[in-house]
Amino acid sequence: MFVSCDGSACPDFKGFMLLMPAVSVGNVGQLAVDLVISTVGMSKVGYFYTDCLVPMVGNNPYATTEENTTELCTNAEVYAAPSKQLAVLQIRSLFIKNKYRSFCQTLLSWVKSCSFAKIVLLSSSHAYQRNDQQLHGTSLRYLLSSAVEKAVGDQMQRLNRRELEQTAAFPGVTDEKVFHIPGGGITKLLFTESCTKGIPMIVLLKFCSEGDNIPDALALADYLNEWLQLTANQVKVCQPTVNMESCSSPAKSSRWKIPSSWKLLYGSGLPPALF
Amino acid sequence: MMATFFGEVVAPPSRAGDDDDDDEEEAAALEREETPEDREIRQQLEKKREVHILWNSTSTASNNEQFPCSKFVLAVGHNAVAFLSSFVLSSGGWEVVGSVKLWNEWCRTSNTTKVLPTDSFCLFYRLISDPTVLLCQCSCYVAEDQQFQWLEKVFGCMQKTDLQVLVLSTCSVTEYKTTESTLTLPSPFLKALKTSMFKDKVCSSLLEQPNIARDLPAAVLSYCQVWQIPAVLYQCYTDIIKLDLVTIEAFEPLLSSRILKGLVKDISRSTEILRKVVTTNEIDNIYT
Repeated sequence: MFVSCDGSACPDFKGFMLLMPAVSVGNVGQLAVDLVISTVGMSKVGYFYTDCLVPMVGNNPYATTEENTTELCTNAEVYAAPSKQLAVLQIRSLFIKNKYRSFCQTLLSWVKSCSFAKIVLLSSSHAYQRNDQQLHGTSLRYLLSSAVEKAVGDQMQRLNRRELEQTAAFPGVTDEKVFHIPGGGITKLLFTESCTKGIPMIVLLKFCSEGDNIPDALALADYLNEWLQLTANQVKVCQPTVNMESCSSPAKSSRWKIPSSWKLLYGSGLPPALF
Repeated sequence: MMATFFGEVVAPPSRAGDDDDDDEEEAAALEREETPEDREIRQQLEKKREVHILWNSTSTASNNEQFPCSKFVLAVGHNAVAFLSSFVLSSGGWEVVGSVKLWNEWCRTSNTTKVLPTDSFCLFYRLISDPTVLLCQCSCYVAEDQQFQWLEKVFGCMQKTDLQVLVLSTCSVTEYKTTESTLTLPSPFLKALKTSMFKDKVCSSLLEQPNIARDLPAAVLSYCQVWQIPAVLYQCYTDIIKLDLVTIEAFEPLLSSRILKGLVKDISRSTEILRKVVTTNEIDNIYT
């Protein structure tokens, strides 16, 4: 459930867009959400208090000065930028086993009760499990729930984006096709639930492998920003003939503000005796 | 064993514990609807893993009423527990008021309050001269799915006005992230994390990003942050996992903290008691 930072009532999110990550392969969605929070300079408005996530605490991941380093952060927090009608739910830990369903239900009922206009879910999927069609061209895909298919579908068409391909449920047996998002965590469950409940949901995802996933996060954040223009870091508009991946050039991505918590992502320093 | 449509026989995945947390199993569970059998197994497991807080009949909480609490001191792990035993509880005037009964794949605790130092336990003590001071020694492992329940049930019994929380725990120095090598760090050392309502002086340096705290201490601190309770966690980073004199003594600077100062009367015999606690624990290994 949502608990505001100062104990007051829940802020008015009516008509806001809710941006959130799926806890998925390479934590790409979570890293991309970190980029949005730190670059847009969003302020924390509350916590998503839940029994579905593994507990964790740390100091402010977006600290910029000595003074704001000691703000405690928890496993699920809500940030807002009212001028952009944007709210972000950042998830910082894993789901507890058997709690996926209960999390999705709690989340979607919160989204309904707050009258969010739509949910944008940033996710990722195992690159090694792509099918033949998915191996070609860009590694970025989108998925739209039926409630936004028409409105957002046109925008995606104009940006020359590719929808996630469906795959055969039982190859060679039936023609039934399904979405398959291996490594995507709650993505498929949340998407299916949103479709059933008529909640407008847009999934943006990237095929990737576990490793240094910072480039993947930058690419996914660019992919989001090209569509929504959350920050002014995108000047170049992709031409239909240009491969999408070439749009995520490092020069452009570097305009994202890397949060201070990203340091030492791959462990501590090495013992000097090694050299 | 169970048969699939294609004729081969496969072993059904175990649902027992965390150690068989397999990606594929997780994915499979997410792909399909929960069947009535699944639900029954899940509910049985949840029942078995339920956390029970048992208060002694003399304590007020037994009547499902909240009792006033001004200070709550929690020690998680053998070293922090031993620190409280030798420096705080030894000064006398404490009574056992309750215990936690739980079961998981790593440990089980019984509903008795008479425990040996080597047992896994989670006990509550109350200061006789000021019954609003509650202390908890938790040497057992509280699993991830049990931590939230533990919180809700323990804090559910307390009246939280003017409550202050202190949490002590230890973790391995290899978990500490720094630009230097962890080999060069002077372990053991203390790091603190505090909630925004905690305004007192902190007795050690604060835990730097990107370091985090996990498990029960993190759960307690999250609860206090969300519900605006002043709380501080002191995490001792150490390179010795078992009960260790040097690690326990690393907590000593906290004796001057506001929350512990009033509770510690006489520490002249503490070191002696501490040595006894540590040596008692060493006996269980015939090879040392």
